Amino acid sequence: MAGMPFSFAALLDRPDIWRGDSLSRAGTPAIPCGFPGLDAELPGGGWPAGALTEILPAHEGIGELRLLGPALAGLSQRGLRLAWIAPPHLPYAPALAAAGIDIANLVIVRTASSKETLWATEQALVSNACGAVLAWPRGAKYAELRRLQIAAEGGRAPAFLFRGQEAAGESSPAALRIALDTSDGGLAVHVLKRRGAPLAQPILLPAMPPAVRSKNHHVDRHPAAPAAARDFSARLVHA
Amino acid sequence: MAVAAALALAPRLRVAPRDPAAETEALLGVAGWAAQFTPGVALEFPDGVLLEVSGSLKLFGGLESFLERVRRELGEMGWTAAFAGAPTPRAAFWLAWAGKQKFIGESAELEPVLAELPVEVLRCKDETLAAFEAIGVRTLGELRSLPREGVARRFGQEPLTGLDRALGLLPDPRNFFVLPARFGAAIGFPAEVTQAEALLFAARRLIVQLAGFLAARSGGVQRFVLRLGHRDKAATEIAIGLVAPSRDAEHFTLLLRERLSNFALSGPVREISLQAGDVVPLPGSNLGLLLEQGKPPGQWEHLIERLRSRLGTGAVHGLSSHAEHRPERAIAITEPGSRQLHPDFGERPFWLLERPKPLAEVGAAPHYQGPLELLAGPERIESGWWDGGDVARDYFVARTQNEALVWIYREWRGAGGWYLHGVFA
Repeated sequence: MAGMPFSFAALLDRPDIWRGDSLSRAGTPAIPCGFPGLDAELPGGGWPAGALTEILPAHEGIGELRLLGPALAGLSQRGLRLAWIAPPHLPYAPALAAAGIDIANLVIVRTASSKETLWATEQALVSNACGAVLAWPRGAKYAELRRLQIAAEGGRAPAFLFRGQEAAGESSPAALRIALDTSDGGLAVHVLKRRGAPLAQPILLPAMPPAVRSKNHHVDRHPAAPAAARDFSARLVHA
Repeated sequence: MAVAAALALAPRLRVAPRDPAAETEALLGVAGWAAQFTPGVALEFPDGVLLEVSGSLKLFGGLESFLERVRRELGEMGWTAAFAGAPTPRAAFWLAWAGKQKFIGESAELEPVLAELPVEVLRCKDETLAAFEAIGVRTLGELRSLPREGVARRFGQEPLTGLDRALGLLPDPRNFFVLPARFGAAIGFPAEVTQAEALLFAARRLIVQLAGFLAARSGGVQRFVLRLGHRDKAATEIAIGLVAPSRDAEHFTLLLRERLSNFALSGPVREISLQAGDVVPLPGSNLGLLLEQGKPPGQWEHLIERLRSRLGTGAVHGLSSHAEHRPERAIAITEPGSRQLHPDFGERPFWLLERPKPLAEVGAAPHYQGPLELLAGPERIESGWWDGGDVARDYFVARTQNEALVWIYREWRGAGGWYLHGVFA
């Protein structure tokens, strides 16, 4: 092998190799999520493109969509379409527009069954015609998620699946799994799974609507967060 | 061979009478499809289509790849064909008719090849053919070696003129086929069909023909109709609408498959026909100079059509917002991709409940998953007296015990009370 330069470091620089103790680096296409603290902890520096991201909020309404706001705004302003598949309520256009999302690029897909939801999500991912795919599947099984992950691969779109937090205990083929909780009026982002070493500490984001935040000073808050939120990390140890 | 004789040899033979009208129809269909390759398409009734391809071969990557494509697409339409090429249309047709799959580029090479062809290619009357046989003339070469005057006197001028035209000694002008304005093609089934899958297989043949027709017209369609003909009932029509004009056979097939997959046939089908009008101009697409990595971006319109073909048209929509104070009317369902204004509102939730949900009231305070804590408000919205949708509401941003933010209002009209109207997700 004399004369053949071989560098172990060069091998490790390959984008398709990642070491278990670090985040995977270059080569992972990602959409910056707009929160520097969170971007720094995500492989590639943002929401993974061409892969599933599971978002598991503790309760509806704690900021699960606001978390995606900057990324969705950026994608839609570049003229990319955002597919919302089986959302639980009507996405409210004025609020989305106020968050910078170009609502001309939204498409809402309503389905009658969870089978249709999975089918529509798969079609949206396979077509590679969307800037992002958001889906609210109900009770998806591992094999079904695996299908979606394969459909997403090679595409440019990040795929966000919103599921209940009870799904945190099940295994999942998603590239990124995030559980959301509230903490001190902000949003606590627990990275349950990422391509890299697990993250023990939650990331705290000030995810509150601005008008409410300014009012917040005048309102008495409960001194402590509810107990359910506090022992959240303990419950997720086995996830 | 007589039918009786044939049946004696093969008792299970299925005999079908020839249908000249259907044959002509089929030939016209093939001509319409072939017009995508060249504007010079001529018909040789009842079974030949002539294409003037010398100008188009380069575009289609040479003779070999052109032939491969023609053969494949004809196969998809359910036809088999014999191919031949020559400098004159008549020579090409004769070679194909005689089953000699030869392609002759130079006029000089034509004569020896034609000389080997049987005299039957002349398609003259049976008596004439019998007379040729009687004098021992089997091939065109043998016919040509006879004295011209004698042949003309005995068999008329026709065989000689035909030969001269084939050899390019006489001009052989053709009327080129003119494409109809609308597309229509049909397939009749030998036995009635009850399965959607079989229908799709047959419809695929018509779709390939449609795609060729549209390519010839440099256009696309936004709507096509598949008609299912039944024995004793009115025909079933399946209309497929597209968001944007297209002429992509694969896409058409996919849409039809989705539609047929959850379609209840009202009865056995005897024949299907495909119709499309309103051809709109559709420019070709340019490929990028540099190949991009990864999957090529798909077509947005195709995705919408695929989703709609299975979930229904109303299940896939866009949103728009209006300058209107009542929150439920500030939003409208639109076609995906509609351009719109963005009026400025105050703080609004990402989720709007389609029907406001009445909230329990405990000691005059609203409850939703426990007591609610009011964070911001009230924002008074009082509007709509002119259209009967009169509202008078005080909106608040409230926090639940789970620290979720919700949008609630107190109704001042009618029964009053508190309602949940949105979620700040």
